[in-house]
Amino acid sequence: MELADILASLFPGGHEVAVTDNLISGSGIINAIKVHVIGIAGQSPLGCEGALILAGHVLEITRKGSAGPVLVLIDSSSQRMSRRDELLGLSECLTHLAKTLLLAGAQGHRTIGLLYGGSAAGAFIATALATGTLVALPGAHPAVMDLPSMARVTKLPIEVLKAKAEKTPVFAPGLENLAQTGAIHSVWNPDQSLAEQFFALLAEQISHDARDRLGESRGGRPKAASIAERVEKEASHA
Amino acid sequence: MEKLSFTMKASTAAAGTRARAIVGVVASGNLEVLLERDLPANVCVVDIATAVHGFAAVWAAVIDDFVMRRSAGGLHISINDGGARPDMVSLRLAQGVRLIEELEA
Amino acid sequence: MTSANSWYEAGARQRVAALLDPGSFVEFIGPEQRESSPHLAIFDLPEQFDDGIIVGRGTLEGRRILVAAQEGRFMGGAFGEVHGAKLTGLLRAARSLREPVLILFDTGGVRLQEANAGEIAIAEIMRALVEARMAGVQVVGLIGGRAGCYGGGSLIAGCCSALIVSEQGRISVSGPEVIETNRGVEEFDSRDRALVWRTMGGKHRYLIGGADAFADDDVLAFREAALIVLAENGRLDADVLEAEQQRLEHRLHRFGKAHDAIDIWTDIGVSEPTEIPGLANDEFLRRIADKRETANGAR
Repeated sequence: MELADILASLFPGGHEVAVTDNLISGSGIINAIKVHVIGIAGQSPLGCEGALILAGHVLEITRKGSAGPVLVLIDSSSQRMSRRDELLGLSECLTHLAKTLLLAGAQGHRTIGLLYGGSAAGAFIATALATGTLVALPGAHPAVMDLPSMARVTKLPIEVLKAKAEKTPVFAPGLENLAQTGAIHSVWNPDQSLAEQFFALLAEQISHDARDRLGESRGGRPKAASIAERVEKEASHA
Repeated sequence: MEKLSFTMKASTAAAGTRARAIVGVVASGNLEVLLERDLPANVCVVDIATAVHGFAAVWAAVIDDFVMRRSAGGLHISINDGGARPDMVSLRLAQGVRLIEELEA
Repeated sequence: MTSANSWYEAGARQRVAALLDPGSFVEFIGPEQRESSPHLAIFDLPEQFDDGIIVGRGTLEGRRILVAAQEGRFMGGAFGEVHGAKLTGLLRAARSLREPVLILFDTGGVRLQEANAGEIAIAEIMRALVEARMAGVQVVGLIGGRAGCYGGGSLIAGCCSALIVSEQGRISVSGPEVIETNRGVEEFDSRDRALVWRTMGGKHRYLIGGADAFADDDVLAFREAALIVLAENGRLDADVLEAEQQRLEHRLHRFGKAHDAIDIWTDIGVSEPTEIPGLANDEFLRRIADKRETANGAR
């Protein structure tokens, strides 16, 4: 789905969402609830400036004290890979954005990520994976690393990697694989009203990070949930 | 992964009272050795998982030599091998026994 | 360059033992429980019993503290499913128990053989870390190992209340090889070690406020620095993030046109900035005193 179609389906009564240099910001109203919108468009990479601009929007939302939900729309590539970004401390800028989203969540805003295109690596972590609930549209294509690069690093032929990817969701790119490991809450139906699907999601109560349990029940991450729980228990009993 | 297991008769029990010790790291040319004191005092079991296939005879010789020279009775030794040479294996086994024999801190 | 107690040379278990009060460390899910990665067998790769990370509790000058230490020599200290979950569990415990945490980073980032599990693990760790800090818990990162602190590791580090680095401590999202592979050798020559150190290394990070304390490459120096940093407040709230927004905007405004670290150090006003990489630590600290940018808790 294209961004304009997504916004039209989310906000049938109109919206004030703008895209400047592939950074999304604004708001719209669904069923009388004001929804704040930020995001990345055009499969663009996320660098220091972009991360700070988005973080600034989130801080402005939280500063106002209203408890409206924050929708993060994502069609990005990875973090911007450059000497300049690293020189300036890209890790601090990306993390700052993630922290503002996590703070918004803690202050009572529902933070919902909608992955409608690509996303990868550091940009994925700083945006989509920093929301309280991440949903996707069919055709979204998240990737930690593409298979050709992975083939280079692991020194395995790409055919071998593809064969291994048939047996496990744990390493290969793709929406289905990410969903099985628990990162994606659900995949929306593009043929139905996105506003209604958004509203239904808002009605669900999500209080803590349940992604590891989700990954366990879907079979993509067999050990994470139980290991984290055991460490927590051992720490509490010691 | 090739898995090997050796059950050896040991003439003397490992000294000390520590229940376990671990030395080394799984990296190229290196290995980790986990020692657990949970067997009868005249037995030493060595379980090996190695990334390099086809060296069972070399492992047998190294383990044989180790059990002869060191007091390894009562020890269950588990090895994850990243492709270490025999001299490195012998070194880590010796370090492991020394560590489990140390007084508890 | 490296001392007998070199942090860089030490393994994760040696670092933990030397950092904490002698004999105080108790490990959670130790190697004898053999909770190794369930995914490496797919690639016929050897496992490590602790999956390359040690988590547990000890004391520091008698004060209870939770500790996680990555082993940079096992698969580059990379985050896989089990490795990550151990740190997530530790941080969740820190929040409920209100105990401070030390994270001894030594990582290349996400483990590619279990990339999806590792990527989500980073996100889960960040969330658990931020929630612990919002409850007032300090989480301090120590960076000076051979694998550096790259990729997802650098993003976890960015969530910490304070960072201690040595000269060897490199912090970067995209590693030198990743930038070179994607953008070409003209953008970043990963074999130019001097370029790597001055772009991502501990001295630069400390100079621009990307780290809060600078330690010698020595386990006891890291211990001393940790004691000082732990005396400060680590709470994360809206005010801290507003201040961080300003701090980072100021940084981009002030240094955004710089091409090289030397340009930034010149702008900061360090005398003879080209000498910085070669300076011994005491001379380095003397020369940058009152000049470096500081985070002042805005992180």
